[in-house]
Amino acid sequence: MGEVIVITSGKGGVGKTTTTANLGTGLAISGKKVVLVDTDIGLRNLDVVMGLENRIVYDLVDLVEGACRTKQALIKDKRFDGLFLLPAAQTRDKNSVTPEQMVKLCDDLREEFDYILIDCPAGIEQGFKNAIAGADRGLVLTTPEVSAVRDADRIIGLLEANELKNPCLIINRVRPDMVKKGDMMSIEDIIDILAIDLIGVVPDDENIIISTNRGEPLVTDGKAMAGKAYLNITRRIMGEEVPFIDLSGQDGFLSKVKKLFGFRTA
Amino acid sequence: MLEMFNKLLRKRTSKDVAKERLKLVLIHDRANVSPEFLEMVKGEIIKVIRNYMEIDEDALDIQLTKTVSEEGEGVVPALIANIPIKSVKSCGR
Repeated sequence: MGEVIVITSGKGGVGKTTTTANLGTGLAISGKKVVLVDTDIGLRNLDVVMGLENRIVYDLVDLVEGACRTKQALIKDKRFDGLFLLPAAQTRDKNSVTPEQMVKLCDDLREEFDYILIDCPAGIEQGFKNAIAGADRGLVLTTPEVSAVRDADRIIGLLEANELKNPCLIINRVRPDMVKKGDMMSIEDIIDILAIDLIGVVPDDENIIISTNRGEPLVTDGKAMAGKAYLNITRRIMGEEVPFIDLSGQDGFLSKVKKLFGFRTA
Repeated sequence: MLEMFNKLLRKRTSKDVAKERLKLVLIHDRANVSPEFLEMVKGEIIKVIRNYMEIDEDALDIQLTKTVSEEGEGVVPALIANIPIKSVKSCGR
């Protein structure tokens, strides 16, 4: 029986879709059977982030309405055998799907996949309610900004009110240099305010933009910092204990010497 | 190093401001009450307690938070007041 995980944030633009794409790909790298479900009906984007936009025939709404079979709606990833995408409909609205239909869909997918990752739309309206309806577990995404943390707090409350207990937190776009100067809230500050368990910290990394341009999730690049951070989160999702990457920005002597000679560290 | 310097100079960094603002706005968000409402409650509590004991009004802290219910019904909102007492008036004995 697979596990249904919803990735949500309340605020838009904090990286839900990128995170879903990277975590899903990371789980597939570990050999898991994974399906990514885009529930952002009307504003779908997970397809372009995954680089699968040209292969869409059927979508989420077609599937729940019974216009096609599950196999027809799922798009196979171009890199990993065990990875599939269920795209959102682009020309419909959020009310085209009900929470009951989502519960049934999740139950069906659970039979066949190890992990079902749900990319939640921004906001707390119908789209959010649909996205969390069939989930077993919630991952709350935030960035070290007042607005994103405030919305994350609201989302945590709503998840708990909907029987999704103990959601875990991912802090995205952390800039160690700014944290050091006292110009950005640190991981500790955010945990202190939100009082939930941390499952990952992703540094701000321009490689994310480059990989999104190409439609290739960054986890496939073993060197990029953000890619490594996402891989660590996938291992924690699978129950492994992985230490957090040190983002303090304080280089040890050895890495300073390496940098001096142009070696790649990190 | 810079961190230590900031601490030494007690300079309020922008993240301190962010944290403080967030904490205040979240009290409001979580309890769905306005800060004015809390100030009113605080004023009334001080008025009543002052009849019986001398309290440190500046150090009085009152918050609306969440706590685990004793009946095991999960998390419930709670009004938590921390009121430092300076002395008890004799008529209270």
